[in-house]
Amino acid sequence: MMRFMSWTAFLLGSLIFILPLLGMTEFSLSMRRGVYSLDAYMSVLSDPVFRATFSYSVMMALFTIVFGVLLVVPTAYWVRLKMPELRPVIEFITLLPLVIPAIVIVFGYIRLYNTSSWLPLTGSTMGTNILLMFGYSALALPYMYRAVDTGLRTIDIATLTEAAQSMGAGWVQIFARVILPNVLVAVLSGAFLTFAVVIGEFTMAALLNRPAFGPYLQLVGANKAYEPAALAVIAFAITWACMGLIQLVTRLSKHTRAQR
Amino acid sequence: MAFLKIAHLEKSFGTTRVVKDFDLEIERGEFVSLLGPSGCGKTTVLRMVAGFETPSSGAIIVDGKDIVGLRPNQRNIGMVFQAYALFPNLTVAENVAFGLKIKGTPAEQRDARVKEMLAMIGLPDLGGRYPFQLSGGQQQRVALARALAVQPQVLLLDEPLSALDAKIRVSLRTQIRDIQRELGITTIFVTHDQEEALSISDRIVVMNGGVAEQVGAPFEIYNRPATRFVAQFVGTLNLIEADVTLPETGTVRIGTTEISLGRPLKPGRVTLACRPEAVSLGLADGRPLVLHAEIGEVHFLGAVIRVQARAGRTTLSLDTFNRPDTPPPAAGDKVQVSISPADLLVLEA
Ligand SMILES: Nc1ncnc2c1ncn2[C@@H]1O[C@H](COP(=O)(O)OP(=O)(O)OP(=O)(O)O)[C@@H](O)[C@H]1O
Ligand SMILES: [Mg+2]
Repeated sequence: MMRFMSWTAFLLGSLIFILPLLGMTEFSLSMRRGVYSLDAYMSVLSDPVFRATFSYSVMMALFTIVFGVLLVVPTAYWVRLKMPELRPVIEFITLLPLVIPAIVIVFGYIRLYNTSSWLPLTGSTMGTNILLMFGYSALALPYMYRAVDTGLRTIDIATLTEAAQSMGAGWVQIFARVILPNVLVAVLSGAFLTFAVVIGEFTMAALLNRPAFGPYLQLVGANKAYEPAALAVIAFAITWACMGLIQLVTRLSKHTRAQR
Repeated sequence: MAFLKIAHLEKSFGTTRVVKDFDLEIERGEFVSLLGPSGCGKTTVLRMVAGFETPSSGAIIVDGKDIVGLRPNQRNIGMVFQAYALFPNLTVAENVAFGLKIKGTPAEQRDARVKEMLAMIGLPDLGGRYPFQLSGGQQQRVALARALAVQPQVLLLDEPLSALDAKIRVSLRTQIRDIQRELGITTIFVTHDQEEALSISDRIVVMNGGVAEQVGAPFEIYNRPATRFVAQFVGTLNLIEADVTLPETGTVRIGTTEISLGRPLKPGRVTLACRPEAVSLGLADGRPLVLHAEIGEVHFLGAVIRVQARAGRTTLSLDTFNRPDTPPPAAGDKVQVSISPADLLVLEA
């Protein structure tokens, strides 16, 4: 009986998730009347604006990831090692982007860094890109911090740090040779989540007026019929590919394979 | 001058003084154990030597240089931890090579050294394994090799064996001692296991409440404990209450027997102590202190038989050697036990 109930629940859930996806995929394939075709995908992929915005967002995602890793890993490490009593505070701070809407953050940015402010970042393309990257980093912070902190929990960082110190390693060496390699899987899952967040982000890019993938999605969605469905399927595939990659790295990392 | 000299070392956490006026001199190549109950400050002393804790005051001098101001990575002091602390992402060989890499040792020399170290710990073929593929004992040997690869001036071990099971603990402690002798490395070994400390140390520091109660060779610590704490912490001890009848000659009355200890005592009551192996079943020459007792529990330990005997209000533990032709006494037997005055320790209150 229990079994039957759980299967029912599972099937119902699957229907709610999968049916719209199937419908959307089906729709994206029916641009040509009467037969299934990849025309919508062709149309999307051959659009130069698609390519430009997509590669812009990929670049932004990469920079965001690098910045996020350099910011979060040392911070999480240091807090765990030297200021464990501050962990709840840091955790709360990293959660703030989830409760503060992106639009609030971006208006704050624009107010603070406009052309007549003390740091006129919005005055140049480069500056705006940097600002956008900071924004993305803030949005991805909860995911990145959580992933890294979980990764740090699985190793005894205090003792490993001391072991490395007793063999002559300084802080940079400890970070690069001991801490980072041991949380690499966690960092990578944080990175893929960041990637997924950045690729789909709309508000910040739109308000800062940068040619990112999110605003492009919106534009196409407003003006065309089949292409948005194809784009949505593509975006969905990217997200799932990221998830798959997280699984893959976890699986493939040699030294963690047999643990637990 | 001693190779490693710790002078007036103090450490407080907040208002609690955890290590108090700790002094210790260790010769080059010596193996010294810190022995004491949980929380007595052993680890804290060790961590101050390693540089992980800053002393509140005092000096730590290695080879003539005060190292208190140096960071841990500048001290060249090796450390082995209870939890092994191998780098999980590196293979055994890479773990051992870690310190050499940091030092910038050329690859060829490094590989040769790693090989040498792995041979030394008896794991020449496991260089390619990851730590999780090793047993606890193997991991701890790798940790030892890793600490020794960079040729530290001093080796510190903090309860390196307490996570292992009994059999491996015994064989590994012998191996650690052999390697230590071979390399002639000055070593401090922390343990709360007195048998471990007694069996492998050149000297033992018995600690209690942040203070070094006694420093001496195992034989000395066991047979001539300086304080009541040392006497009771190291080994098993029988306590016998006695009345001093003649303080000048040290004559005491135990039950109905009077014997002279041959050294002056304070008048009043004293507590005498003796080891189980100093108490004999039956009478013997030179053992004038005789007590009538009834056998209680008998523990057959193999070579040694430990017998509990009740004499009046005191219960005595006594050890006899197993003899194939003589069965051990049985519970309830009425026996006489005898003790030599020379084996009686007088415990200061
Ligand atoms: N970082 C710290 N902050 C506050 N108190 C501490 C700290 N480290 C140790 N102590 C206290 O100092 C005392 C000595 O601790 P230490 O770890 O040196 O004991 P130990 O002899 O190694 O004991 P064990 O055999 O249990 O390892 C303990 O009472 C402990 O609670
Ligand atoms: Mg300890």
